[in-house]
Amino acid sequence: MIKIVVGSGKGGTGKTTVSLGLSLSLAENKMPVQYIDCDVEEPNAHLFFKEAEFQKRDVEVLVPEIDKAQCNFCEECAKFCAYNALAIFPNTALVFNEMCHSCGGCKIVCPQGAISEVKRKIGEIHTAIANNKVQISYGKLNVGETQSPPLIRAVKKEIADKNIAIIDAPPGTACPFVETIRHGDFCLLVTEPTPFGLHDLKTAVEVVSLIGVPFGVLINRSDIGDSSVEEFCSNEKIPVLMKIPNDRNIAVAYSNGMPITEADPKYKLEFMELHRKIYERVGNHKR
Amino acid sequence: MKELVIISGKGGTGKTSVTASLAVLAENAVLADCDVDAADLHLILEPAASEQGEFKSGQLATIDEDSCIACGQCEAVCRFGAVTKADNTYRIDPLGCEGCKTCEIVCPANAISMRENICGKWYISKTRCGTMVHAALKPGSENSGKLVSLVRKKAREQAEKSGTSMIIVDGPPGIGCPVIASIGGASMVMIVTEPTQSGLHDLKRVIGLAAHFKVPACACINKYDINEDLSYSIEKFCNNNGVEVLGKIPYDLNVTKSMLKKKSIVEYSDGDSSAEIRNIWTAIKLKLRN
Repeated sequence: MIKIVVGSGKGGTGKTTVSLGLSLSLAENKMPVQYIDCDVEEPNAHLFFKEAEFQKRDVEVLVPEIDKAQCNFCEECAKFCAYNALAIFPNTALVFNEMCHSCGGCKIVCPQGAISEVKRKIGEIHTAIANNKVQISYGKLNVGETQSPPLIRAVKKEIADKNIAIIDAPPGTACPFVETIRHGDFCLLVTEPTPFGLHDLKTAVEVVSLIGVPFGVLINRSDIGDSSVEEFCSNEKIPVLMKIPNDRNIAVAYSNGMPITEADPKYKLEFMELHRKIYERVGNHKR
Repeated sequence: MKELVIISGKGGTGKTSVTASLAVLAENAVLADCDVDAADLHLILEPAASEQGEFKSGQLATIDEDSCIACGQCEAVCRFGAVTKADNTYRIDPLGCEGCKTCEIVCPANAISMRENICGKWYISKTRCGTMVHAALKPGSENSGKLVSLVRKKAREQAEKSGTSMIIVDGPPGIGCPVIASIGGASMVMIVTEPTQSGLHDLKRVIGLAAHFKVPACACINKYDINEDLSYSIEKFCNNNGVEVLGKIPYDLNVTKSMLKKKSIVEYSDGDSSAEIRNIWTAIKLKLRN
């Protein structure tokens, strides 16, 4: 139905707090919600659903396997590989799995037909219906693995068309964030009113504008810093859709794995209002 | 030469605030900001660039519309969903393209070519705490790991040139490609964590990562008094895994105030948090000596 990506640029601004607040408030109002945690390097949302029983399945990528009996060590594959994932010596062919992006090109260029592709596990997807309401899926990248985009793509495939998907994005604005936000309907950028928050917000705005997804800003801990984030948003005509003042109780609740809507139920209404504003903007954008 | 990398697993635990303080206390270390897609250390250290360059990495495919015969073979082989089709015209989505060149080799009309991809910029700068190497990844770019490697290489060159024996690296969050590029071969990592369920979960993964790459690790707990029970569990977990906790920094709104003044907390206030960071720095020096 609608895919809302919650991103930030800077880490630790409250993406998970906001994503949880939104999904739990919507679920309580009987709306079909799916929580998609695309922060596959450090997924955290599941820690807030302590009762949920997660089913897991492996996520695999394809990597080349070289049949040494057929290989004539011509080096065509190694010359072609853009990621230095193959090395050919006079009598040996080596594949560096961690470098491989699974493009499949080496198999096409090999004149001997010596390359086939085999599956390699890079992580897992865990899924549960939490609190009988929210369907949550998260990706968990294996420690030591560099390739998060394929896992992010796999987690996004869990989204069912009929649902409102709340997508918790990884921090930063590099390829994992881009992979998360592609094909999204709206991006909510969570920031804080500090020089770090503002700087990383500007970078995030640049990426989201480039991708062409409509977006708005949520200012978390809105009273800890200065007014520069609000001034920036007002100058750039970026809507500030919600503000959450600093509250030690919310921080303590978060530290114990308790969502903001449980720590302070007044936020349920505010998140419903946030969703209404987002829905309106997505509607306008699609028209 | 010693290279200390500050990482965290979870974002926003205070890596950059701690790094800025250590930079001040070290007095003359070479500094490197390896959080290249959300680089913030320069906001405190106010570097003046003395040298800079473009960071080029990888390639991007483009389709020449005049030569394209719209056969769709490029779309069929692309595993990144980067070939898009609208009104029978094929185009490359530069945000999806990973530069593998597979579309180029299968195109029967030779309509696809590869162009160099400018992914960002690097800088060597002077700051009040010494030389700093930093970079800005073009928003949305790939190859942040390669840019991290470039920043670290230049930091080592600067340290050698100036005879400095210490490099302090502000690392990225997570456990993925830029983090792996930041810690490989370093003398030690210090993990800045916080007493939250998320902080602990992410700490476990990042300790696993340091062990995987055989880099010695120590830790400090930021905002430890937000949840003292969890801080205790974190300490216990760290001790059981051979990771020494060098200090516990209290929650302090002065940290935000100092940031607004473009100062590190140790320059801004003499409170408990500053005192603890000074203790941590003394402990780091001791650990690196052994």
